[in-house]
Amino acid sequence: MSKTPPLLQINQLQRLMMGPLSLQVEAGDCLCISGPSGSGKSQLLRALADLDPHTGEACLRGVPASEIPAEVWRTRVGLLPPESVWWLPQVGDHFHGDLPVPLEHIGLSAAILAQPVAQLSSGEKQRLALMRLLSNHPQVLLLDEPTANLDPENTRRIEAVIDEYRRARQAVVIWVSHDQAQIARVADRYFAVSDGLLEETTIGGRQ
Amino acid sequence: MIELSVTDLAIAAVLVLLLALLSIRLRSNISQQLIIAATRTAVQLTLIGLVLKALFANANLGWVMLMALIMLLVAGREVMARQERRFKGWLGYAVGTISMFLSSFAVTVFALVVILGEDPWYTPQYAIPLLGMLLGNTMNGIAIAMDRLTHTAWEQRAVIEARLMLGERWDRAISDYRRQAIRSGMIPIINAMAAAGIVSLPGMMTGQILAGAAPVEAVKYQILIMFLISAGTGLGTLTAVSLGSKQLFDERQRLCLDRLRQP
Repeated sequence: MSKTPPLLQINQLQRLMMGPLSLQVEAGDCLCISGPSGSGKSQLLRALADLDPHTGEACLRGVPASEIPAEVWRTRVGLLPPESVWWLPQVGDHFHGDLPVPLEHIGLSAAILAQPVAQLSSGEKQRLALMRLLSNHPQVLLLDEPTANLDPENTRRIEAVIDEYRRARQAVVIWVSHDQAQIARVADRYFAVSDGLLEETTIGGRQ
Repeated sequence: MIELSVTDLAIAAVLVLLLALLSIRLRSNISQQLIIAATRTAVQLTLIGLVLKALFANANLGWVMLMALIMLLVAGREVMARQERRFKGWLGYAVGTISMFLSSFAVTVFALVVILGEDPWYTPQYAIPLLGMLLGNTMNGIAIAMDRLTHTAWEQRAVIEARLMLGERWDRAISDYRRQAIRSGMIPIINAMAAAGIVSLPGMMTGQILAGAAPVEAVKYQILIMFLISAGTGLGTLTAVSLGSKQLFDERQRLCLDRLRQP
Protein backbone atom coordinates (compact mmCIF):
# COMPACT_ATOMS: atom_id res chain seq x y z
CA MET A 1 0.00 0.00 0.00
CA SER A 2 1.25 3.47 -0.79
CA LYS A 3 1.73 5.98 1.98
CA THR A 4 -0.73 8.95 2.20
CA PRO A 5 0.80 11.94 0.40
CA PRO A 6 1.81 14.85 2.68
CA LEU A 7 -0.92 17.46 3.38
CA LEU A 8 0.98 20.17 1.49
CA GLN A 9 3.49 19.47 -1.21
CA ILE A 10 5.26 22.18 -3.21
CA ASN A 11 6.88 21.16 -6.49
CA GLN A 12 9.30 23.49 -8.27
CA LEU A 13 7.16 26.53 -7.46
CA GLN A 14 8.46 29.73 -9.01
CA ARG A 15 7.11 33.28 -8.96
CA LEU A 16 9.18 36.37 -9.92
CA MET A 17 12.33 36.21 -7.76
CA MET A 18 11.08 33.34 -5.57
CA GLY A 19 11.97 29.76 -6.30
CA PRO A 20 12.08 27.23 -7.71
CA LEU A 21 10.99 25.77 -4.38
CA SER A 22 10.17 22.21 -3.46
CA LEU A 23 8.93 21.34 -0.02
CA GLN A 24 6.75 18.84 1.84
CA VAL A 25 4.81 19.81 4.95
CA GLU A 26 3.04 17.22 7.08
CA ALA A 27 -0.37 17.83 8.63
CA GLY A 28 -0.14 19.69 11.93
CA ASP A 29 3.25 21.26 11.21
CA CYS A 30 3.97 24.93 11.77
CA LEU A 31 6.62 26.32 9.50
CA CYS A 32 8.05 29.80 9.99
CA ILE A 33 9.67 31.92 7.29
CA SER A 34 11.68 35.06 7.82
CA GLY A 35 13.76 37.25 5.55
CA PRO A 36 14.37 40.88 4.70
CA SER A 37 11.43 42.84 3.33
CA GLY A 38 11.21 42.59 -0.43
CA SER A 39 12.81 39.14 -0.42
CA GLY A 40 9.64 37.56 -1.82
CA LYS A 41 7.94 36.00 1.25
CA SER A 42 4.58 37.59 0.45
CA GLN A 43 4.94 36.59 -3.20
CA LEU A 44 5.44 33.00 -2.11
CA LEU A 45 2.28 33.07 0.01
CA ARG A 46 0.28 34.69 -2.80
CA ALA A 47 1.47 32.06 -5.25
CA LEU A 48 0.52 29.27 -2.81
CA ALA A 49 -2.98 30.77 -2.53
CA ASP A 50 -2.97 30.81 -6.37
CA LEU A 51 -3.55 34.57 -6.52
CA ASP A 52 -0.68 35.21 -8.92
CA PRO A 53 0.46 33.29 -11.98
CA HIS A 54 3.42 31.00 -11.25
CA THR A 55 5.18 27.93 -12.56
CA GLY A 56 5.41 24.65 -10.70
CA GLU A 57 2.61 23.49 -8.49
CA ALA A 58 1.29 23.04 -4.99
CA CYS A 59 -0.65 19.90 -4.06
CA LEU A 60 -3.04 19.15 -1.20
CA ARG A 61 -2.87 15.46 -0.21
CA GLY A 62 -1.35 14.77 -3.61
CA VAL A 63 -4.02 16.62 -5.63
CA PRO A 64 -2.53 19.51 -7.63
CA ALA A 65 -4.14 22.97 -7.38
CA SER A 66 -4.97 22.92 -11.09
CA GLU A 67 -7.38 20.02 -10.50
CA ILE A 68 -9.30 21.88 -7.79
CA PRO A 69 -11.57 24.86 -8.64
CA ALA A 70 -9.76 28.08 -7.69
CA GLU A 71 -12.33 29.20 -5.11
CA VAL A 72 -12.22 25.78 -3.38
CA TRP A 73 -8.43 25.86 -3.33
CA ARG A 74 -8.43 29.31 -1.73
CA THR A 75 -10.94 28.19 0.88
CA ARG A 76 -8.65 25.27 1.79
CA VAL A 77 -5.41 27.22 1.50
CA GLY A 78 -6.33 30.43 3.31
CA LEU A 79 -4.10 33.50 3.10
CA LEU A 80 -4.08 36.18 5.79
CA PRO A 81 -2.50 39.27 4.17
CA PRO A 82 -0.57 41.81 6.29
CA GLU A 83 -3.31 44.44 5.84
CA SER A 84 -6.87 43.24 6.32
CA VAL A 85 -9.61 44.58 4.05
CA TRP A 86 -13.24 45.16 5.04
CA TRP A 87 -15.77 46.09 2.37
CA LEU A 88 -19.17 45.89 4.04
CA PRO A 89 -20.47 48.50 6.51
CA GLN A 90 -20.64 46.30 9.63
CA VAL A 91 -18.02 43.98 11.06
CA GLY A 92 -20.45 41.07 11.41
CA ASP A 93 -21.49 41.27 7.71
CA HIS A 94 -18.10 39.78 6.83
CA PHE A 95 -18.61 36.60 8.87
CA HIS A 96 -20.49 33.61 7.52
CA GLY A 97 -19.30 30.43 9.21
CA ASP A 98 -19.02 29.71 12.93
CA LEU A 99 -16.37 31.57 14.87
CA PRO A 100 -13.47 29.20 15.61
CA VAL A 101 -13.20 30.44 19.21
CA PRO A 102 -15.26 32.91 21.24
CA LEU A 103 -14.12 36.49 20.61
CA GLU A 104 -13.27 36.83 24.32
CA HIS A 105 -10.28 34.52 23.68
CA ILE A 106 -8.68 37.22 21.56
CA GLY A 107 -9.55 40.06 23.91
CA LEU A 108 -12.71 41.24 22.09
CA SER A 109 -16.38 41.04 22.94
CA ALA A 110 -19.13 39.70 20.69
CA ALA A 111 -20.63 43.21 20.59
CA ILE A 112 -17.87 44.21 18.18
CA LEU A 113 -19.69 42.32 15.40
CA ALA A 114 -22.45 44.94 15.45
CA GLN A 115 -19.99 47.81 15.08
CA PRO A 116 -19.27 49.78 11.91
CA VAL A 117 -15.94 48.77 10.38
CA ALA A 118 -14.78 52.39 10.46
CA GLN A 119 -14.59 52.27 14.28
CA LEU A 120 -12.12 49.37 14.43
CA SER A 121 -8.51 49.94 15.48
CA SER A 122 -5.77 48.35 13.38
CA GLY A 123 -5.12 45.75 16.06
CA GLU A 124 -8.81 44.82 16.26
CA LYS A 125 -8.94 44.50 12.47
CA GLN A 126 -5.94 42.22 12.50
CA ARG A 127 -7.41 39.90 15.13
CA LEU A 128 -10.84 39.85 13.47
CA ALA A 129 -9.28 39.12 10.08
CA LEU A 130 -7.76 35.95 11.53
CA MET A 131 -11.16 34.93 12.95
CA ARG A 132 -12.77 35.57 9.56
CA LEU A 133 -10.19 33.38 7.84
CA LEU A 134 -10.45 30.57 10.41
CA SER A 135 -14.24 30.50 10.10
CA ASN A 136 -13.63 29.15 6.55
CA HIS A 137 -11.85 26.12 8.13
CA PRO A 138 -8.77 26.17 5.89
CA GLN A 139 -6.48 23.11 5.91
CA VAL A 140 -3.45 25.27 5.21
CA LEU A 141 -2.98 28.65 6.88
CA LEU A 142 -0.72 31.16 5.16
CA LEU A 143 -0.07 33.92 7.71
CA ASP A 144 1.75 37.06 6.61
CA GLU A 145 2.93 38.69 9.85
CA PRO A 146 -0.32 38.07 11.72
CA THR A 147 0.78 39.83 14.92
CA ALA A 148 2.63 42.82 13.43
CA ASN A 149 0.33 45.49 14.95
CA LEU A 150 -0.34 43.78 18.29
CA ASP A 151 0.88 44.33 21.83
CA PRO A 152 2.59 41.40 23.62
CA GLU A 153 -0.59 40.27 25.38
CA ASN A 154 -2.66 40.08 22.21
CA THR A 155 0.26 38.54 20.33
CA ARG A 156 0.22 35.66 22.83
CA ARG A 157 -3.56 35.33 22.49
CA ILE A 158 -3.31 35.08 18.72
CA GLU A 159 -0.49 32.55 18.95
CA ALA A 160 -2.65 30.46 21.29
CA VAL A 161 -5.66 30.58 18.90
CA ILE A 162 -3.53 29.55 15.92
CA ASP A 163 -1.91 26.77 17.94
CA GLU A 164 -5.27 25.46 19.09
CA TYR A 165 -6.68 25.54 15.56
CA ARG A 166 -3.61 23.78 14.14
CA ARG A 167 -3.78 20.97 16.71
CA ALA A 168 -7.57 20.52 16.52
CA ARG A 169 -7.67 20.38 12.70
CA GLN A 170 -4.20 19.04 12.01
CA ALA A 171 -3.72 22.07 9.77
CA VAL A 172 -0.49 23.16 8.14
CA VAL A 173 0.61 26.66 9.19
CA ILE A 174 3.07 28.69 7.13
CA TRP A 175 3.91 31.76 9.18
CA VAL A 176 5.95 34.75 8.05
CA SER A 177 7.47 36.45 11.08
CA HIS A 178 10.39 38.74 11.89
CA ASP A 179 10.32 38.06 15.60
CA GLN A 180 12.93 35.42 16.55
CA ALA A 181 11.35 34.91 19.97
CA GLN A 182 7.99 34.27 18.35
CA ILE A 183 9.53 31.84 15.87
CA ALA A 184 11.12 29.98 18.78
CA ARG A 185 7.69 29.77 20.45
CA VAL A 186 5.60 28.58 17.52
CA ALA A 187 7.73 26.95 14.81
CA ASP A 188 8.29 23.25 14.19
CA ARG A 189 10.52 24.09 11.25
CA TYR A 190 12.18 27.38 10.39
CA PHE A 191 13.30 28.70 7.00
CA ALA A 192 15.22 31.82 6.07
CA VAL A 193 14.76 33.33 2.62
CA SER A 194 18.01 33.82 0.77
CA ASP A 195 18.31 34.64 -2.93
CA GLY A 196 14.75 33.52 -3.57
CA LEU A 197 15.27 30.12 -1.94
CA LEU A 198 14.25 28.76 1.45
CA GLU A 199 17.09 27.58 3.67
CA GLU A 200 16.08 25.37 6.54
CA THR A 201 17.69 26.77 9.67
CA THR A 202 17.84 25.79 13.31
CA ILE A 203 15.35 27.61 15.49
CA GLY A 204 16.72 30.44 17.66
CA GLY A 205 20.26 29.76 16.47
CA ARG A 206 20.43 26.61 18.66
CA GLN A 207 21.20 23.14 17.49
CA MET B 1 -40.30 73.36 -44.85
CA ILE B 2 -38.06 76.42 -45.31
CA GLU B 3 -35.05 75.47 -47.41
CA LEU B 4 -31.72 76.89 -46.23
CA SER B 5 -29.42 78.61 -48.71
CA VAL B 6 -25.61 78.76 -48.51
CA THR B 7 -26.01 82.43 -47.51
CA ASP B 8 -28.15 81.41 -44.54
CA LEU B 9 -25.39 79.11 -43.31
CA ALA B 10 -22.76 81.79 -43.93
CA ILE B 11 -24.69 84.19 -41.69
CA ALA B 12 -24.72 81.58 -38.92
CA ALA B 13 -20.98 81.02 -39.48
CA VAL B 14 -20.38 84.74 -38.85
CA LEU B 15 -21.69 84.19 -35.31
CA VAL B 16 -19.04 81.53 -34.73
CA LEU B 17 -16.35 83.84 -36.17
CA LEU B 18 -17.47 86.65 -33.87
CA LEU B 19 -17.22 84.30 -30.93
CA ALA B 20 -13.70 83.33 -32.02
CA LEU B 21 -12.66 87.00 -32.28
CA LEU B 22 -14.14 87.71 -28.87
CA SER B 23 -12.19 84.83 -27.34
CA ILE B 24 -8.94 86.10 -28.87
CA ARG B 25 -9.59 89.50 -27.28
CA LEU B 26 -10.21 87.77 -23.96
CA ARG B 27 -6.91 85.88 -24.44
CA SER B 28 -8.67 82.60 -24.17
CA ASN B 29 -6.92 79.92 -26.24
CA ILE B 30 -10.16 78.30 -27.32
CA SER B 31 -10.55 80.17 -30.65
CA GLN B 32 -8.36 77.84 -32.71
CA GLN B 33 -10.16 74.73 -31.45
CA LEU B 34 -13.49 76.44 -32.06
CA ILE B 35 -12.67 77.21 -35.69
CA ILE B 36 -11.32 73.71 -36.33
CA ALA B 37 -14.38 72.08 -34.78
CA ALA B 38 -16.78 74.32 -36.73
CA THR B 39 -14.96 73.53 -39.97
CA ARG B 40 -15.07 69.80 -39.18
CA THR B 41 -18.81 70.01 -38.59
CA ALA B 42 -19.38 71.69 -41.95
CA VAL B 43 -17.12 69.29 -43.88
CA GLN B 44 -18.19 66.06 -42.14
CA LEU B 45 -21.90 66.79 -42.34
CA THR B 46 -21.69 67.84 -46.00
CA LEU B 47 -19.91 64.59 -46.81
CA ILE B 48 -22.42 62.46 -44.89
CA GLY B 49 -25.21 64.36 -46.65
CA LEU B 50 -23.74 63.36 -49.99
CA VAL B 51 -23.23 59.77 -48.84
CA LEU B 52 -26.83 59.52 -47.59
CA LYS B 53 -28.10 61.05 -50.83
CA ALA B 54 -26.25 58.38 -52.83
CA LEU B 55 -27.37 55.66 -50.42
CA PHE B 56 -31.04 56.67 -50.61
CA ALA B 57 -30.81 56.58 -54.42
CA ASN B 58 -29.34 53.04 -54.34
CA ALA B 59 -31.24 51.37 -51.52
CA ASN B 60 -29.65 47.93 -51.62
CA LEU B 61 -28.82 45.80 -48.62
CA GLY B 62 -25.09 45.63 -49.38
CA TRP B 63 -24.57 49.40 -49.27
CA VAL B 64 -26.71 49.79 -46.16
CA MET B 65 -24.68 47.05 -44.44
CA LEU B 66 -21.39 48.66 -45.45
CA MET B 67 -22.54 51.99 -44.05
CA ALA B 68 -23.71 50.31 -40.83
CA LEU B 69 -20.38 48.51 -40.48
CA ILE B 70 -18.39 51.72 -40.86
CA MET B 71 -20.59 53.44 -38.27
CA LEU B 72 -20.06 50.53 -35.88
CA LEU B 73 -16.28 50.49 -36.28
CA VAL B 74 -15.99 54.24 -35.73
CA ALA B 75 -18.22 54.02 -32.64
CA GLY B 76 -16.07 51.13 -31.36
CA ARG B 77 -12.96 53.25 -31.67
CA GLU B 78 -14.68 56.09 -29.84
CA VAL B 79 -15.69 53.80 -26.93
CA MET B 80 -12.10 52.61 -26.65
CA ALA B 81 -10.62 56.13 -26.72
CA ARG B 82 -12.87 57.30 -23.90
CA GLN B 83 -11.62 54.74 -21.37
CA GLU B 84 -8.66 55.74 -19.26
CA ARG B 85 -7.63 52.22 -18.22
CA ARG B 86 -8.90 50.18 -21.12
CA PHE B 87 -7.88 46.62 -21.90
CA LYS B 88 -4.57 46.33 -23.72
CA GLY B 89 -4.45 45.10 -27.32
CA TRP B 90 -7.42 43.92 -29.38
CA LEU B 91 -9.58 43.31 -26.29
CA GLY B 92 -9.77 47.06 -25.65
CA TYR B 93 -11.47 47.46 -29.02
CA ALA B 94 -13.41 44.21 -29.10
CA VAL B 95 -15.33 44.42 -25.80
CA GLY B 96 -17.04 47.71 -26.69
CA THR B 97 -17.52 46.94 -30.38
CA ILE B 98 -19.02 43.48 -29.81
CA SER B 99 -21.39 44.86 -27.18
CA MET B 100 -22.51 47.68 -29.47
CA PHE B 101 -22.98 45.27 -32.33
CA LEU B 102 -25.14 42.95 -30.22
CA SER B 103 -27.26 45.70 -28.72
CA SER B 104 -27.60 48.45 -31.35
CA PHE B 105 -27.92 46.15 -34.34
CA ALA B 106 -30.38 43.83 -32.63
CA VAL B 107 -32.60 46.68 -31.43
CA THR B 108 -32.44 48.49 -34.82
CA VAL B 109 -33.37 45.40 -36.81
CA PHE B 110 -36.13 44.60 -34.33
CA ALA B 111 -37.58 48.12 -34.65
CA LEU B 112 -37.32 48.09 -38.44
CA VAL B 113 -38.93 44.70 -38.90
CA VAL B 114 -41.47 44.49 -36.07
CA ILE B 115 -42.44 48.12 -35.40
CA LEU B 116 -41.90 50.16 -38.56
CA GLY B 117 -42.50 47.36 -41.10
CA GLU B 118 -41.28 49.36 -44.11
CA ASP B 119 -40.68 47.41 -47.33
CA PRO B 120 -37.85 46.57 -47.72
CA TRP B 121 -37.00 46.50 -44.01
CA TYR B 122 -33.55 48.03 -44.58
CA THR B 123 -34.92 51.18 -46.31
CA PRO B 124 -31.98 53.53 -45.57
CA GLN B 125 -34.15 56.59 -44.71
CA TYR B 126 -35.23 54.66 -41.61
CA ALA B 127 -32.37 52.22 -41.00
CA ILE B 128 -29.42 54.63 -41.01
CA PRO B 129 -30.78 57.41 -38.74
CA LEU B 130 -32.19 54.84 -36.33
CA LEU B 131 -28.92 52.95 -36.13
CA GLY B 132 -27.05 56.23 -35.77
CA MET B 133 -29.12 57.32 -32.79
CA LEU B 134 -28.80 53.92 -31.15
CA LEU B 135 -25.05 53.68 -31.71
CA GLY B 136 -24.48 57.21 -30.46
CA ASN B 137 -26.28 56.51 -27.20
CA THR B 138 -25.12 52.94 -26.52
CA MET B 139 -21.62 54.20 -27.24
CA ASN B 140 -21.97 56.67 -24.37
CA GLY B 141 -23.40 54.14 -21.97
CA ILE B 142 -20.80 51.48 -22.75
CA ALA B 143 -17.88 53.91 -22.57
CA ILE B 144 -19.02 55.25 -19.18
CA ALA B 145 -19.72 51.78 -17.77
CA MET B 146 -16.42 50.27 -18.96
CA ASP B 147 -14.44 53.24 -17.73
CA ARG B 148 -16.09 52.87 -14.35
CA LEU B 149 -15.53 49.09 -14.23
CA THR B 150 -11.82 49.14 -15.10
CA HIS B 151 -11.19 52.17 -12.93
CA THR B 152 -12.86 50.62 -9.86
CA ALA B 153 -11.18 47.25 -10.38
CA TRP B 154 -7.88 49.09 -10.32
CA GLU B 155 -8.72 51.15 -7.25
CA GLN B 156 -10.39 48.34 -5.29
CA ARG B 157 -7.84 45.67 -6.09
CA ALA B 158 -7.29 44.99 -2.37
CA VAL B 159 -11.00 44.36 -1.77
CA ILE B 160 -11.43 42.10 -4.79
CA GLU B 161 -8.36 40.05 -3.85
CA ALA B 162 -9.37 39.88 -0.18
CA ARG B 163 -12.68 38.39 -1.27
CA LEU B 164 -10.89 35.90 -3.54
CA MET B 165 -8.63 34.93 -0.61
CA LEU B 166 -11.72 34.13 1.43
CA GLY B 167 -12.88 31.69 -1.23
CA GLU B 168 -15.37 33.80 -3.17
CA ARG B 169 -15.78 33.12 -6.87
CA TRP B 170 -14.58 35.86 -9.25
CA ASP B 171 -18.08 36.94 -10.21
CA ARG B 172 -19.08 37.36 -6.57
CA ALA B 173 -15.83 39.16 -5.70
CA ILE B 174 -16.48 41.82 -8.36
CA SER B 175 -20.30 41.86 -8.19
CA ASP B 176 -20.60 45.21 -6.36
CA TYR B 177 -18.40 46.98 -8.89
CA ARG B 178 -20.17 45.33 -11.80
CA ARG B 179 -23.49 46.66 -10.51
CA GLN B 180 -22.06 50.16 -10.05
CA ALA B 181 -20.65 50.13 -13.59
CA ILE B 182 -23.97 49.06 -15.14
CA ARG B 183 -25.78 51.71 -13.13
CA SER B 184 -23.47 54.52 -14.22
CA GLY B 185 -23.83 53.45 -17.88
CA MET B 186 -27.63 53.59 -17.63
CA ILE B 187 -27.95 56.87 -15.71
CA PRO B 188 -27.67 59.24 -18.74
CA ILE B 189 -30.55 57.66 -20.66
CA ILE B 190 -32.70 57.38 -17.52
CA ASN B 191 -32.10 61.08 -16.85
CA ALA B 192 -32.82 61.95 -20.49
CA MET B 193 -36.14 60.08 -20.38
CA ALA B 194 -37.09 61.67 -17.07
CA ALA B 195 -36.33 65.21 -18.28
CA ALA B 196 -37.65 64.82 -21.84
CA GLY B 197 -40.21 67.46 -22.75
CA ILE B 198 -39.85 69.36 -19.49
CA VAL B 199 -36.25 70.48 -19.40
CA SER B 200 -35.34 69.78 -23.01
CA LEU B 201 -37.03 69.14 -26.31
CA PRO B 202 -35.18 66.16 -27.79
CA GLY B 203 -33.30 66.89 -31.02
CA MET B 204 -35.02 64.40 -33.24
CA MET B 205 -38.49 65.60 -32.32
CA THR B 206 -37.43 69.22 -32.83
CA GLY B 207 -36.06 68.26 -36.25
CA GLN B 208 -39.29 66.60 -37.33
CA ILE B 209 -41.33 69.59 -36.18
CA LEU B 210 -39.05 71.97 -38.12
CA ALA B 211 -39.52 69.71 -41.15
CA GLY B 212 -43.26 70.22 -40.90
CA ALA B 213 -44.43 67.10 -39.06
CA ALA B 214 -47.41 67.37 -36.73
CA PRO B 215 -46.17 67.71 -33.12
CA VAL B 216 -48.11 64.65 -31.92
CA GLU B 217 -46.58 62.50 -34.69
CA ALA B 218 -43.12 63.83 -33.85
CA VAL B 219 -43.71 63.02 -30.18
CA LYS B 220 -44.69 59.44 -31.01
CA TYR B 221 -41.42 58.97 -32.90
CA GLN B 222 -39.47 60.49 -30.05
CA ILE B 223 -41.06 58.14 -27.52
CA LEU B 224 -40.24 55.19 -29.75
CA ILE B 225 -36.63 56.34 -30.07
CA MET B 226 -36.26 56.88 -26.31
CA PHE B 227 -37.52 53.36 -25.58
CA LEU B 228 -35.27 51.85 -28.23
CA ILE B 229 -32.28 53.78 -26.93
CA SER B 230 -32.87 52.68 -23.35
CA ALA B 231 -33.24 49.05 -24.44
CA GLY B 232 -30.11 49.30 -26.59
CA THR B 233 -28.06 51.07 -23.92
CA GLY B 234 -29.16 48.63 -21.23
CA LEU B 235 -28.38 45.60 -23.36
CA GLY B 236 -25.07 47.03 -24.55
CA THR B 237 -23.96 48.07 -21.07
CA LEU B 238 -24.85 44.69 -19.58
CA THR B 239 -22.98 42.87 -22.34
CA ALA B 240 -19.89 45.07 -22.13
CA VAL B 241 -19.68 44.91 -18.33
CA SER B 242 -20.17 41.12 -18.35
CA LEU B 243 -17.54 40.56 -21.04
CA GLY B 244 -15.21 43.08 -19.42
CA SER B 245 -15.44 41.77 -15.87
CA LYS B 246 -14.79 38.22 -17.05
CA GLN B 247 -11.69 39.43 -18.87
CA LEU B 248 -10.37 40.94 -15.64
CA PHE B 249 -9.79 37.39 -14.36
CA ASP B 250 -7.83 34.47 -15.77
CA GLU B 251 -8.77 30.78 -15.83
CA ARG B 252 -7.67 30.38 -12.19
CA GLN B 253 -9.87 33.35 -11.18
CA ARG B 254 -6.89 35.60 -10.49
CA LEU B 255 -7.42 39.36 -10.84
CA CYS B 256 -5.30 40.33 -13.88
CA LEU B 257 -4.86 44.09 -13.73
CA ASP B 258 -1.86 43.78 -16.04
CA ARG B 259 -4.42 43.31 -18.82
CA LEU B 260 -5.32 47.01 -18.40
CA ARG B 261 -3.43 49.85 -19.98
CA GLN B 262 -1.80 52.45 -17.71
CA PRO B 263 -3.30 55.91 -18.31
